[in-house]
Amino acid sequence: MVFEIETPWLVTFITAGDPHPKLTLDFMLALEKYSDVIELGIPFSDPVADGPTIQKANYRALKAGTKVSDVFSIVRQFREHSDKPVVLMTYYNPVYAKGVDEFVKLAADAGVSGMIVVDLPLEESGEYLAACEKHGIDTVFLAAPNTPDERLRAIDEASSAFVYLISLYGTTGAREKIPPLAFDLLKRAKRICTKPVCVGFGVSKREHVEELVKAGADGVVVGSALVKIIEEYGENAAERLEEITRELKRGCKG
Amino acid sequence: MKFGEFGGQFIPEVLMPPLKELEKAYEELKDSEEFKKELDYYLRVYAGRPTPLYFAKNLTEKVGGAKIYLKREDLLHSGAHKINNTLGQALLAKYMGKNRLIAETGAGQHGVATAIAGALFGMKTEIYMGSEDVERQKPNVFRMKLLGAEVHPVDSGSKTLKDAINEALRDWVATFENTHYLIGSVVGPHPYPTMVRDFQSVIGQETKKQILEVEGCLPDCIVACVGGGSNAIGIFYPFVKDKVRLIGVEAAGEGIETGKHSASLGAGKKGVLHGMLSYFLQDEDGQIATTHSVAAGLDYPGVGPEHAYLKESGRAEYVAVTDEQALKAFAELSKAEGIIPALESAHAVAYAMEIAKEMQRDEIIVVNLSGRGDKDLGIVMELLGV
Repeated sequence: MVFEIETPWLVTFITAGDPHPKLTLDFMLALEKYSDVIELGIPFSDPVADGPTIQKANYRALKAGTKVSDVFSIVRQFREHSDKPVVLMTYYNPVYAKGVDEFVKLAADAGVSGMIVVDLPLEESGEYLAACEKHGIDTVFLAAPNTPDERLRAIDEASSAFVYLISLYGTTGAREKIPPLAFDLLKRAKRICTKPVCVGFGVSKREHVEELVKAGADGVVVGSALVKIIEEYGENAAERLEEITRELKRGCKG
Repeated sequence: MKFGEFGGQFIPEVLMPPLKELEKAYEELKDSEEFKKELDYYLRVYAGRPTPLYFAKNLTEKVGGAKIYLKREDLLHSGAHKINNTLGQALLAKYMGKNRLIAETGAGQHGVATAIAGALFGMKTEIYMGSEDVERQKPNVFRMKLLGAEVHPVDSGSKTLKDAINEALRDWVATFENTHYLIGSVVGPHPYPTMVRDFQSVIGQETKKQILEVEGCLPDCIVACVGGGSNAIGIFYPFVKDKVRLIGVEAAGEGIETGKHSASLGAGKKGVLHGMLSYFLQDEDGQIATTHSVAAGLDYPGVGPEHAYLKESGRAEYVAVTDEQALKAFAELSKAEGIIPALESAHAVAYAMEIAKEMQRDEIIVVNLSGRGDKDLGIVMELLGV
C-alpha cells in the first residue's frame, strides 16, 4: 500500500482537462494543500456512472482536446511539486483501447499511485489486476449499498489502496444530505473490510464529511462540488478550490 | 456468458446485483411452461405471429437472379420486430415483480414496442430518446405518448441512440429496485444479448419452417440489417449450424471513407461500452465516435457481441450499404411490391438486390424485413422530394 497517510483522508476529485488541460496542474496544486489523495478523472465520451455535473466536465475537457497522454503528462508535472498520491479515475474503454498492460505501465511511469475503473467489476478485472500488480499501481474497487457481504469481502481483497463506498443508488453529484443507506453500508464495510474505506457520491459539504468521519469512514471523496466550482469560475477556480478543500479538511478533523 | 471473448458485464458495481437477479429470473422462467405459454399467446393473438414469408416475385423479376423472399416482420403489431422482445421482457419483468419499464430508442420502434408492452401489462413506462431522433421520428414520439409512455429527450453527446442508452443506464442505477431496463437490441451486459436473441429467434425458427414448406430446402443466403443487431441475430440464430450464408448489412451512411457512418463491424475496433466487449467506432484514446445513418435505428457506434463473435469466427459476413443505396431500395421495393420498408430494413433490401443479380435463378435469398416505413415518410419526403 502506497498511501501511508494518517486517516481520515480527504480525497478530492476533478476531471483532467476541464476546462482546459493547461489549467489542471494549477487546480491540482490548489487541492493538494488540504487533500490527502487527489483523484483525477480521465475525460470519457460516455460517462454513464456520472451525473450531469461531471458529465459536463467530461465534455468540456474533450472539447478542449484533452488526450489520455495529456493526463499522464499532467501527473508527471504534478510529481515535480508533490508526493501526494494521485489516483486516476477512468472508464474501461480508454484503458482497453491503449492495451491494459501498456496503459497501466504508462500510468505508473507518470507517477500515478492508483486507479479506479468505474465500469470494471471484479468479474472482468483479471488482466487489469495482473497489470496493476506488475507495474506497482494500487487498485480501488467500488462497493454499493446493495453489494452483499461476501462480494464486499472480495472487493476488499482486490482493492490494494482503499475501498470506495458509493453512498446511494444513483450517479455522482452533490446532494443535500447523506442518505441512511450510506451509513448502513459504512457499518457493514467497517466490519468486513481490512483496507481503509472511503465514502463518495453526493458528499459535498463540511457537515457531510464530519458526519461520515464520525460514523467511522477512513476517508471521504468529494467530486461534483469541486467540479461545479470549476464550471462556475473557469480558469480562476484555483483560489476557490483551495478555500473549499480547506473547509472540507477541517470536517475530517471533526 | 460470453461469445468467445465478446460480451461480459462491464457495468458499475451497483448494477451487478440487479443483473444477477435478472439472469436468475430469466434462466428460471425461459423454460417454465407457464411463461412460455403466456408469451406464445401474446405473440400470436396480440402481436400477430407467425408473420408471413413472402416471395417477392415482382422484385425478383425486376432484379433478375436469385429468388428473393421477405420475412414480413413489418406486419407485426407496432410495425417492427421489436415487439417480439418487448413482450418477452415486459412479461419477465412482471413475473419479477417490477412495476416500471424504462427503455432507450433510436428510430422509436423499440420505444413504441415498449410503450405497447407497458400499456398491455399495466406498467409505468418511460423512454429515453436522443433529441435529434425525437426530431426526425416525430410520429413515433407521438405514438409513445398516446400509449401512455413518458418520453425524455436526451440532449447530451450526439443526441442519438448511444446517449439515450447512457441516460437509461443512469436511470436504472437509481431505480433498479422497482424498474426493469428493457434493452431493445442484442447489446448491453449479460444476460441481455442472450435474452434478446432468444426472444427474437422466433423470426428464424418460423423462417426455417416456412421456407422448408414452400421450397423444400433451406435458403442459400439470409440478409438482415445490423445496428445493434437484434433482428439479424433473431433470423440468423436458428440457421447458425446450417449451410446458409448469413449476411449482416451495416449503415455506411454517407460512405465509410467520409467518416459519417455507423459501420462498427466494418470500420470499428474492439472496445468496451454499455456493459459489453464488442466492436465500436472510436478514436485511438477509446473515445466513442459520433455516427451517422439516414436510419435512426442503425445510428449506433457499437454492435451486439454475438455479431462480433460471428464476424471473428467467420460464420457471418458483414457488409455496409450507404444512405443513398438504402433510399433507392426503399423506393424500389415500394413500387415493385407495394411494401414500404423501414429505412433500416431498406439497407438489407439494397444488399439483397445487389447480390441476387450475381446468383442463379434457383437460388434463394431471405431478407428480414424488420419493420415498416411509415415512421420514415417525413425523412424520405425531405430527401427524395417525392
